[in-house]
Amino acid sequence: MHEFNEPFVTAWQLVAAADARLAGIVGLSLRVSLVATLIACIVGMPIGALLAVGRFPGRRVLIVLFNGLMGLPPVVVGLLVYLLLSRAGPLGQFGLLFSPSAMVIAQAVLVTPIVAALTRQVIADEWTEYREQLRSLGASRSRAAATLLWDGRFSLSTAALAGFGRAIAEVGAVMIVGGNIDGVTRVMTTTIALETSKGDLPLALALGFILIAVVLAINAVAYALRGWAERRWG
Amino acid sequence: MITRRLFCSALAAAGLLAATASQAQERFITVSSTTSTEQSGLFGHLLPAFEKASGIKVRVVALGTGQALDMARRGDADVVFVHDKVAEEKFIAEGFGVKRQEVMYNDFVVIGPKADPAKAAGKDILEGLRRIEAAKAPFVSRGDKSGTHAAELRYWKAAGVDLAAKKGAWYRDTGSGMGPALNTAASMNAYILADRGTWLSFKNRGDLGIVVEGDTKLFNQYGVILVNPAKHAHVKQADGQKFIDWIVSPEGQKAIAEYKIGGEQLFFPNAGR
Repeated sequence: MHEFNEPFVTAWQLVAAADARLAGIVGLSLRVSLVATLIACIVGMPIGALLAVGRFPGRRVLIVLFNGLMGLPPVVVGLLVYLLLSRAGPLGQFGLLFSPSAMVIAQAVLVTPIVAALTRQVIADEWTEYREQLRSLGASRSRAAATLLWDGRFSLSTAALAGFGRAIAEVGAVMIVGGNIDGVTRVMTTTIALETSKGDLPLALALGFILIAVVLAINAVAYALRGWAERRWG
Repeated sequence: MITRRLFCSALAAAGLLAATASQAQERFITVSSTTSTEQSGLFGHLLPAFEKASGIKVRVVALGTGQALDMARRGDADVVFVHDKVAEEKFIAEGFGVKRQEVMYNDFVVIGPKADPAKAAGKDILEGLRRIEAAKAPFVSRGDKSGTHAAELRYWKAAGVDLAAKKGAWYRDTGSGMGPALNTAASMNAYILADRGTWLSFKNRGDLGIVVEGDTKLFNQYGVILVNPAKHAHVKQADGQKFIDWIVSPEGQKAIAEYKIGGEQLFFPNAGR
């Protein structure tokens, strides 16, 4: 039983001590994953809406593609972004490798298909419901897509949360493009991987509990905000 | 209309990215190094001292030696700090490094079950490996082209064990770093070749202990190399050289010698000797 109790105690001690390094690591995790999710929403939501209401050749292929890309392996995305940003790569001159920006790019690539595919599903359902109405108002398809995106904004928060969950939990991509540099690109998941490597399993698990708690808190806040916004503007 | 909106979205995305980028404008160099120097805590001890002396931050990316050298070949590091002389000399010969300087050494140890079912205990690394193979006792290999992996393969060869022919279920090629490989060995109660530094700072030991140590063949030399600015123009030559000069200086060498875990010295400075 000792093995399973220790991490809880360690996690509690870390939080209680308000460790500045831990706070920095948690902060960087949140910053990177939130910005990546925001970018993924800005790019992915319009794509998802256009896939739902649009009619153009290759649409079905694109839908399958985005659905499939939800399963992108993080380590492959990491490797691709690494090769792009490496000094020997096409975007090498910007010197972005091993920086938080590189981690944001990798996570945005990873999360965009998730946001796009989930958005498409939400908007497609709305489209079946409001299609005639929007048509009779003479709305163009792009206008209809924009209207439905706005109309479905509360349901779409789930797509954003799913994307965020993926981003903050992955380790493969940020490890490769960030390099797990102490104080610069070390985030929660790479710290957990590092402590596991050092054989400090209780500390690794304790950090894992803290990560889960942070993700739960974010979801609770999002849920409360959504309820409040729906009552206010819904 | 749509294109304008997409353009705005792209702008917003780029702006967000720039916002995360703008924070890091400090003076730093990037060092590609090995998991043994990072995970043993040596860098955590050395770098603050160097930073204080020079005002230069050091960003360490810890990989296996093979990967660390490849990272530098691509131009993604200013300095390499690794432990595989053969691979390092090849790196210099290819023109990627300016000059190799020796910094310090530690030693490899064979870790294994305290009960030692293969009777490999002793001082002779080659005899120990022969006995492990003869007993077909589980042996965990890094299998990741790291400096430790390269050393392990050299010892098997020197011991006259033809791995290609003798490899069986007893030889587990894990393709992982030193820590993960030790975790695997601990859970399988297997033998493994490890560097002493990582072993001393490793916590999840299970029933394992040191089986073979003290053979002069187990000597593990670390070298430091400045990446050649002629190959990669953006290499921070001046600051990288400052780091190298410091680490081989009496001050840097003293800092290395002072690093201890549980009273035991992990690395032995030997620059310029």
